[in-house]
Amino acid sequence: MATDTLEHHDVAHAEGKPDWNGGNAPMKASYGKLMMWYFLLSDAFTFAGFLIAYGTLRVMMPTWPVPDFVFQLFPFMGHTSLPLMFVTLMTFILLFSSWTMVRAVQEGHRENQSGVAVWMFLTILGGAAFLGCQAWEWTTLIAKENMTVTTNPFGTHIESGVYIDNDGQETKEIFEAGEPYLIGVIGADHGDHGDDAHDDGGHGDAFVYTPHHDKPGDYTDALIDERGYIHKKYKVTEGEDAGMIKSQAFGPKAFGGLFFFITGFHGFHVLSGVLFLIIIFINVMSGLYVKRKNGYEMVEKMGLYWHFVDLVWVFVFLLFYLL
Amino acid sequence: MSSHTYEESKSIATKTIILLAIITVVEVVIAYIGKGIWFPGLQESMNPRLLTILLGGAMIILSLYKAVKIVFEFMHMSYEVPALSKTVLLPLLLLVWGVIAFLWEGTAWKGYRQKIIDKNEVPAESQMQGMLIKQLETEDLI
Repeated sequence: MATDTLEHHDVAHAEGKPDWNGGNAPMKASYGKLMMWYFLLSDAFTFAGFLIAYGTLRVMMPTWPVPDFVFQLFPFMGHTSLPLMFVTLMTFILLFSSWTMVRAVQEGHRENQSGVAVWMFLTILGGAAFLGCQAWEWTTLIAKENMTVTTNPFGTHIESGVYIDNDGQETKEIFEAGEPYLIGVIGADHGDHGDDAHDDGGHGDAFVYTPHHDKPGDYTDALIDERGYIHKKYKVTEGEDAGMIKSQAFGPKAFGGLFFFITGFHGFHVLSGVLFLIIIFINVMSGLYVKRKNGYEMVEKMGLYWHFVDLVWVFVFLLFYLL
Repeated sequence: MSSHTYEESKSIATKTIILLAIITVVEVVIAYIGKGIWFPGLQESMNPRLLTILLGGAMIILSLYKAVKIVFEFMHMSYEVPALSKTVLLPLLLLVWGVIAFLWEGTAWKGYRQKIIDKNEVPAESQMQGMLIKQLETEDLI
């Protein structure tokens, strides 16, 4: 049976007839375009599954890392607090590349080879720039802020208090419930930026602390665990536990895994998108699609995928950074 | 395929991208207000929970609008035959159930966790009494 079909197919080709022999193409879309839509539908469910898992775990926790505290750094700006600015830039880069992709598809419809090439090249640049930004963001989180898949140093105070110093005395650093903090690591570069951090209204507290200790242990002002994370100690000033000395705990454990997995999965989509864009760009340059005379349909299919990547980013941006 | 001329579709694309950029800026402004970076007075003058719901809801609606614009204009869904857009868009309605069900579940877990914390606050003796009563009831039944 399979051989029959194959022969029939070959005959159709030999006589110069189109592939589809069953009358009008279903839903007036070619096989490739239709399948791209259904692939994107299934991919949408995959992403939705991840994002719903994120939402479920987030509402389950009493506190969650505060996005404008976690994502406040910008390249070449030191420790100046610029909440969400870098990720907004990333969003604009992806939006821009989505627009250049639309332009490439439009030039394809009117069989303008050089137009398609120029706009596709700009799209590739946009995709690469986005990946570069994401690499910087990940590097900052991993190397500078010591976040891992299972350790989340971004915590939130659940009660008001005041930090204590090495002699057990109260310092001037007071905080209220709901304020975020970042747990540092011994031997890391934290102390140099204290002055900068103070200027931005306390959001940079994370970088103020200069550790007096360099070995794990239970000290008067901090508890340093086996991996070197410094859990600063504080005295609770309000509520039932007023007067008690406590040490800062890690934030919700799920945050690191969810962040790296979901933005990583999206970044992987961008990466494979860029690779396919490059392949199709080479095909455009070689004149392959000129011969096909189908209005650069391959570019159109690639466009669907690329816009989908932008579409997913809209929701990643909303859930991880805005809310 | 699009029934627009080249010039028309070009201007639609330009308008759409400008709209998407403006919405993104508005979203970031709302996020800044919501976190108290801008207009910190608003946090104190309003019920914080109501403020979170209002601003969060606004950001969700704006994001959904962005998604619709990308699908219908950039991905040309509004120029496909209705049957195609239905086969792609209708299955997504399952996600409405998914979001409601899982967020419900997550909120319930948060409640259970708080319940355990609250129970642990209750003095040991009164909890013991409760247990003894339970034991007696079980013995009576036997």
